[in-house]
Amino acid sequence: MDLRFTDEENAFREEVRAFMRTACPEPTRRKMIEGRRLAKEDMVGWQRILNAKGWAVPHWPVEWGGTGWSAVKQYIFREEMQATPAPEPLPFGVNMVGPVIATFGNEAQKKRFLPRIANLDDWWCQGFSEPGAGSDLASLKTSAKRDGDHYVVNGQKTWTTLAQYADWIFCLVRTDPAAKKQEGISFLLIDMKTPGITVRPIQTIDGGHEVNEVFLDEVRVPAENLVGQENKGWDYAKFLLGNERTGIARVGISKARVRRLKEIAALERIGDRALIEDERFAMKIAAVEVELKALEMTQLRVLADERTRKGKPDPRSSILKIKGSEIQQTISELLMEAVGPYALPDQVPHDDTERWNEPPIGPDWAGPQAPHYFNFRKVSIYGGSNEIQKNIIAKAILGL
Amino acid sequence: MDFELSEEQRLLKDSVERLLADRYGFEARQGFLREPEGWSRALWQRYAELGLTGLPFAEAHGGFGGGPVEVMIVMEAFGRALALEPYLASVVLGGGAVRLGGSEAMRSAVLPGVAAGERKLAFAHAERQARYDLADVAATARRDGGGYVLDGAKSLVLHGDAADQLVVSARLTGAQRDAQGLGLFLVDAAAPGVTRRGYAMVDGLRAAEVTLANVRVDATAAIGEPGEAFRLIAQVVDQGIAALCAEAVGALAAMHELTVEYLRTRKQFGVPIGSFQVLQHRAAEMLIGVEQARSMAMLATMMAEEGDATERAKAIAAAKVQIGRSARAVGQAAIQLHGGIGMTMEYQVGHYFKRVTAIDTMFGDADHHLARLARMGGLIAA
Ligand SMILES: Cc1cc2nc3c(=O)[nH]c(=O)nc-3n(C[C@H](O)[C@H](O)[C@H](O)COP(=O)(O)OP(=O)(O)OC[C@H]3O[C@@H](n4cnc5c(N)ncnc54)[C@H](O)[C@@H]3O)c2cc1C
Ligand SMILES: Cc1cc2nc3c(=O)[nH]c(=O)nc-3n(C[C@H](O)[C@H](O)[C@H](O)COP(=O)(O)OP(=O)(O)OC[C@H]3O[C@@H](n4cnc5c(N)ncnc54)[C@H](O)[C@@H]3O)c2cc1C
Repeated sequence: MDLRFTDEENAFREEVRAFMRTACPEPTRRKMIEGRRLAKEDMVGWQRILNAKGWAVPHWPVEWGGTGWSAVKQYIFREEMQATPAPEPLPFGVNMVGPVIATFGNEAQKKRFLPRIANLDDWWCQGFSEPGAGSDLASLKTSAKRDGDHYVVNGQKTWTTLAQYADWIFCLVRTDPAAKKQEGISFLLIDMKTPGITVRPIQTIDGGHEVNEVFLDEVRVPAENLVGQENKGWDYAKFLLGNERTGIARVGISKARVRRLKEIAALERIGDRALIEDERFAMKIAAVEVELKALEMTQLRVLADERTRKGKPDPRSSILKIKGSEIQQTISELLMEAVGPYALPDQVPHDDTERWNEPPIGPDWAGPQAPHYFNFRKVSIYGGSNEIQKNIIAKAILGL
Repeated sequence: MDFELSEEQRLLKDSVERLLADRYGFEARQGFLREPEGWSRALWQRYAELGLTGLPFAEAHGGFGGGPVEVMIVMEAFGRALALEPYLASVVLGGGAVRLGGSEAMRSAVLPGVAAGERKLAFAHAERQARYDLADVAATARRDGGGYVLDGAKSLVLHGDAADQLVVSARLTGAQRDAQGLGLFLVDAAAPGVTRRGYAMVDGLRAAEVTLANVRVDATAAIGEPGEAFRLIAQVVDQGIAALCAEAVGALAAMHELTVEYLRTRKQFGVPIGSFQVLQHRAAEMLIGVEQARSMAMLATMMAEEGDATERAKAIAAAKVQIGRSARAVGQAAIQLHGGIGMTMEYQVGHYFKRVTAIDTMFGDADHHLARLARMGGLIAA
């Protein structure tokens, strides 16, 4: 047992770190540090820098741009990207639909979509959830009926993240209403410009616009946009959701947020001292650091076992999701507590253009903290809620 | 990055686990508790025959040259068995002080006996007023001719009643809470002026209150440089904490397994209670507590011999915080999920609960180490 990284891995870490620090545009990095919302251009710009370097899609098959790195190197890469902090690539393309197309798609689909995903030429969004199908995703109702060489899609998707920017949406649709609920589902790729698609914004409690409702009314989708086989979509969705849980621990991001928390706690005053000198507050920070360190070690243990699992998802990744989300939420609480009363002015632009140039009310680090706290309630809801993760642990690990 | 055990380490793990599975069942343990010493001489003998009592010592001193990983393996197995023998006291703490700080003459005089299980040591450092402050030592060491005269009182000396020799801390100079001015001395438990009052703790392990009145020792009894012992004390305690973390993981994992098994078999309302989601979720939370504790026990093991004292102290403090928190959460849930049966002495789960509760308190509880970690600036540089 040796928990240290090898010399080669450490050298790799240095290489990644050096690249991240010079290549990530400073305005983007500042927004990441300060917890401000990124614009579409920040995401696209950064993805193209990564792609030019050949690091856009490290985990993909090598022939489609993967790097062939070991699981440990992928981990180091992700951690350094998060620690910079640089934006993580938009997950819907590179982590979700990309691997599904690479694994289950046909050659034409691979050629058509994969390079454009890697370069973020196409912005993808995820059309899984529906008003009646959240945790119980397989109860989804959006239907697709075959009509010649098209499917005709009718229904509604919801919580669709950043659909307002999207060029494409991948959807789970019901193609066989008579079959058992998991067995009548297909995986369709839909161009957002197709007639019959309407996107309506949903404002979240932080005031932001990151999710949407997507209405599909007699939308005609070429049959060539079906991935894999008809009625096998649930298998592909399970594959996708399994991938989604890797890296869900967000250790690097949380480390960067703790650093920010300490910066802010050194600037804020309590009585005649900096807040960080206050034993009560310092202990709260230390407590989350302990949890984070334990999570990091747990993640490394799960990672080390990946070699022997041969791609089968590890149910212990549910532990990473639960702990990772709890820690992110705790840090967001502490950031808000740290700024005290100046958490209260409601001053984050409610869309991406309005009120951008006004001077801040109170210290300039205070504004984003309450919205960040509100917004981060989401991390224990999406990606399989923490309750669902506990169900998975009880079943798959404990056999209850 | 490698969490695998080596071939020899796997063999060690197998042999310890097999021995304890055969000989240290719950009923057997209840019997050992009733033996005059409160633990099993026969098992102690077996540990020595298997080489466990010599694990961390150099071959020249009758040992096997093992490191923290080997100690972790043994301690985790002991945690699972709720072993009562003075392993931590004699091999890790007392033996650790001599191994890390003793002169070559002292090491070759003392350690072979410890390795053979014939000589038992104990670590007489903590004092009643000190709570968890390692520097708070009121016992005194006065130079007298070629030797020293020791006076003072030591509290909760783990297995102090069974020890042949005590590793005693005492102050040569400075104020009561100064890190500077401390010495460590190897003292015969039978020396004139040493009195011991042995007792069982809540978890069944033995300890003693020790008083020293005008106890004379030779100059050669000093471990390390007299007056400069604080670093050594801190190092011994850190290694002790790492070992305790591993022991706790063994106990926590066993407690979790017992609970899950009980959820599968206990029926109420006509169904196994494990079919109730509220209990499934608590069992899942327990697993998270166990795994987080295991991760930090591994970190503590890896850092136990780290040369950078600050980095070591931070990691050990963090591990002890996690262990303490998991001990509370997992232990309390284990009792609760068992219902009334969890409350009884006849059933094993409560004994695990008491052991992990004791481990939280030993060498500083979670709050103590959290405050320490915070004072050291935490784990992540700003
Ligand atoms: C900010 C945000 C972004 C999102 N982005 C996307 C996206 O881009 N694309 C997409 O398809 N979806 C997206 N989602 C949807 C997300 O996946 C769902 O919110 C999630 O699956 C939960 O479904 P629900 O909201 O309908 O809650 P419900 O499933 O109705 O759950 C309500 C409560 O009941 C609990 N619960 C449900 N079932 C069980 C059970 N069996 N046992 C115990 N407790 C249970 C849940 O944990 C939760 O606490 C997003 C959600 C949010 C909040
Ligand atoms: C110190 C002590 C004194 C007592 N004194 C008396 C006395 O004087 N007279 C007397 O008659 N009794 C007495 N009792 C018994 C007490 O009422 C029972 O222990 C209690 O009813 C629980 O039953 P149980 O122990 O069989 O646990 P179980 O019912 O087997 O429960 C085990 C676990 O499963 C949980 N559980 C059970 N059913 C469900 C469910 N449907 N949903 C979710 N969780 C569930 C429980 O909360 C518990 O965590 C005493 C118990 C104790 C510990």
